[in-house]
Amino acid sequence: MARTGPKSTAVRVLVWLGVIIAVLTAVLAGGNLAGQASWAPKLALDLEGGTQMILAPRVEGDSAISEDQLNQAVSIIRQRVDGSGVSEAEISTQSGRNVVVSLPGTPSPETRQLIQASADMNFRPVILAGDGAPVPEASRTPEDQLPVPTAEPTNGSDTNWVTADIYKEFEALDCANPAQDQRESSDPTKPLVTCEPATETTPAIKYILGPVEVEGGSIVTSNFQLSQGAQGAVTNDWAVTIQFNDEGTQKFKTVTERLNQFYVAAGGETGSDPKSQFAIVLDDQVISAPRAQASITDGRPQITGSFTEQSAKALSDQLRFGALPISFEIQSDQQISATLGGEQLRMGLLAGIIGLLLVVVYSLFQYRMLGLVTIASLVVAGVLTYLAIAILGWTENYRLSLAGVAGLIVAIGQTADSFIVYFERIRDELREGRGLVSAVENGWKRAKRTVLASKAVNLLAALVLYFVAVGNVRGFAFTLGLTALADLIVVFMFTHPTLQLLARTKFFGEGHRFSGLDPARLGAVPLYRGAGRIRTPDVKPDVVRPKNTGAAAEAGRRMTIAERRLAEAQDKGSSSAAGQAQSSGTAKSTGAAKEGK
Amino acid sequence: MPSFATFGNELYSGKRSYNFVGGKKLWFLIAAIAVALSILIPVAKGGFNLGIEFRGGSEFTVSNAANTDPSIGETVVQDVVSGSIPRVANVAGTTMRIQTDRLNDDETLQIKDGLATAYGVTENEVTSTFVGPTWGQDVTKQALIGLVVFVLLAAVLMALYFRTWKMSLSAIAGMAVTMFITAGIYSISDFEVTPSAIIGFLTVLSYSLYDTVVVFDKIRENTADITKSTRRTFAEEVNLAVNQTLVRSINTMMVAILPVGAILFIGAGLLGAGTLRDLSLALFVGILVGTAATIFIAAPMYAWLRQNEVELRTQAQRVTDRRDAATTESQEPSIG
Repeated sequence: MARTGPKSTAVRVLVWLGVIIAVLTAVLAGGNLAGQASWAPKLALDLEGGTQMILAPRVEGDSAISEDQLNQAVSIIRQRVDGSGVSEAEISTQSGRNVVVSLPGTPSPETRQLIQASADMNFRPVILAGDGAPVPEASRTPEDQLPVPTAEPTNGSDTNWVTADIYKEFEALDCANPAQDQRESSDPTKPLVTCEPATETTPAIKYILGPVEVEGGSIVTSNFQLSQGAQGAVTNDWAVTIQFNDEGTQKFKTVTERLNQFYVAAGGETGSDPKSQFAIVLDDQVISAPRAQASITDGRPQITGSFTEQSAKALSDQLRFGALPISFEIQSDQQISATLGGEQLRMGLLAGIIGLLLVVVYSLFQYRMLGLVTIASLVVAGVLTYLAIAILGWTENYRLSLAGVAGLIVAIGQTADSFIVYFERIRDELREGRGLVSAVENGWKRAKRTVLASKAVNLLAALVLYFVAVGNVRGFAFTLGLTALADLIVVFMFTHPTLQLLARTKFFGEGHRFSGLDPARLGAVPLYRGAGRIRTPDVKPDVVRPKNTGAAAEAGRRMTIAERRLAEAQDKGSSSAAGQAQSSGTAKSTGAAKEGK
Repeated sequence: MPSFATFGNELYSGKRSYNFVGGKKLWFLIAAIAVALSILIPVAKGGFNLGIEFRGGSEFTVSNAANTDPSIGETVVQDVVSGSIPRVANVAGTTMRIQTDRLNDDETLQIKDGLATAYGVTENEVTSTFVGPTWGQDVTKQALIGLVVFVLLAAVLMALYFRTWKMSLSAIAGMAVTMFITAGIYSISDFEVTPSAIIGFLTVLSYSLYDTVVVFDKIRENTADITKSTRRTFAEEVNLAVNQTLVRSINTMMVAILPVGAILFIGAGLLGAGTLRDLSLALFVGILVGTAATIFIAAPMYAWLRQNEVELRTQAQRVTDRRDAATTESQEPSIG
């Protein structure tokens, strides 16, 4: 390896690291200028306070809601909140009937909506559709011509569901002015008269719907994407896809087979039989009533038409995070202060800083000037983590709780371990008799494997817990992953290149007494010091003797220039080690040490 | 004074060697007793002292408080129930919200009185209700599922990386010992179990496996060509690897434990009870035990699991033969 190779690579890597930090800073500065991000990380509920919402269930009369329903509601709301970022919200019950949601900061209207939305979702077949405006009094169907059921309805699309009362309700319904806010949830076994509200592009439509045929509970998951046209090309229309469970798949298949017959009978695409439509009903309002152009047998329908990206996302979120077993209304919505005062954070940070100073002292004591590399690396890791936290606070609503702050301080231990592993490997290589430059390269090759393997464990823990767990544990996983990544970036892009460069300086290269890489102190040449101390007898002799005697026997053959000088110096009884070891012996000592190993 | 560097040199060369692998029977016995105690003591104490986040508790609401300083509420609660960690917050202007662990009727009344006096309001302006856990069953369930998946995947990852399932097994055994003992000591401390403490346990879990992987990687390196060597037996080679990484283990432990210790002893001293005390205790104990478990449990267990493999037995025999031959020929064995 040419000597200029690693050196220029090292410089290049350091420049790249500078670029990464500059880009992150620029991103944050951009967000700041746009007024969306802030330089300081966002703080969680315990440190910053936030908004406390008390959700009261809407129940008929005195009927109480069961504990199961309440717990289920809490769990669904938690998933919804988690879905909107890593903010560590607190969700609990109060007095056995209310749900209390505390969110840090001021939640956006979307988040508020998501929490409250009951998303009572189901699918009903359309029996009759009409214009959204109420039929004028004068032209309404006279009493004697109102439809009268002639038989028991046989399926959901049967017109026998439509009674005179239902028809009157249908004609009177005004979609521009719906008076349904206060209405209780509809009966799933009865027909429903309701509207599809107007959007920017489509007018309101009102429907008479048959009873519920597929419940929202059979939805496994839901996504949204740009839909694909007939040729498989991506179109500009947003689509929401649903995946049903086995039961839902069966039901959906039965219904769409029936509806598809109406579709075909009415002349396919040119036809307009409302009975071929299947209404998706959310909180008793029709979101969309697509025609059954095919019978869906695989339980994976795709809903298209008049979605914007936002409305598609909102619908798929509501579908994915499940339907609440009961609907809630926000009873109170109040600001809440931090539960931990600024005092706590200050004391915690103070303790953390004292701890860090102890780490600095210990590193300097252990690794002398090399300890400075550790400290510089930790500073770089700190800068990276800080930038990442501030940016993620902006994009992912990632917030730091006091426990999170402590976690970050503690992460220093694990970050520093990468350097310790690396430094110890370098020292091991020096002990084998290598020069510093080659010790750094060889030590790195070995340390790299160890660092990658061990960080993989941390990253795995972070990934698994992030995707599986909810609530606080998810926040923890996020922090763990973040610090592990920052650590890998720093050790690869800062610590190693810095050492490559330092190894070529006089101070470190010649193994100055205070460099922490002084070969003499590291016992690069085995020295006789009389008998070793007493150790466990059965292993000691075997381990010890071959090493010392072997080294002695081979010493003449193996000695490098550096070692020979060192040995001479030691014979003279000189205790100063400066200038004894020279990195210029690199090439030879590398080869020799390899043989010896 | 022998310096730490010299200590490291001697460990590296084998001049100084601690018999971690050979003493396995003793370590395993100690670990077994410690684990048994860690299970028995919490059982004898009637389980863990779970905090409000897990069990729910009482919530007091003080309306129109004259002073909205949270520390007033904390003092009132702690005067009635010593050692509890109430969560006090100011809601919408002049309302105070005070949450405590589950209380009996007597304590509830006393606290209600105390709060009314302390915040300068009438008794009617203090209401109390029951609040459910914020850390519900669903959080615990998902966290446990996550843990099981993680441990299984980590086992597969280690088995693939080290090319032997025996390392996975040993590492996970070491981790399990760490978790049991940490939980046991936490229970003895009688600190309340809070979400922070659970986060601490999770950190310890990942630290424990992490630490083991670092040491095992050195063992893998040292034992890569074991069948071709007659210098040391497998167990000796494992022991040497542990000794060679001992300085790393001590340094890493120190660097990890210093900030935690500072938070535990200085922070908790300044702050009294609080979020940081539980987290840092879990971490402090966990890091110490985790480092020890790698050295005393995981590594010896790995040597023990593999020593009866046919190849390694033959190799051990060859080592013994060579040593015997060497001693009969001369007092100074040499390596060839």
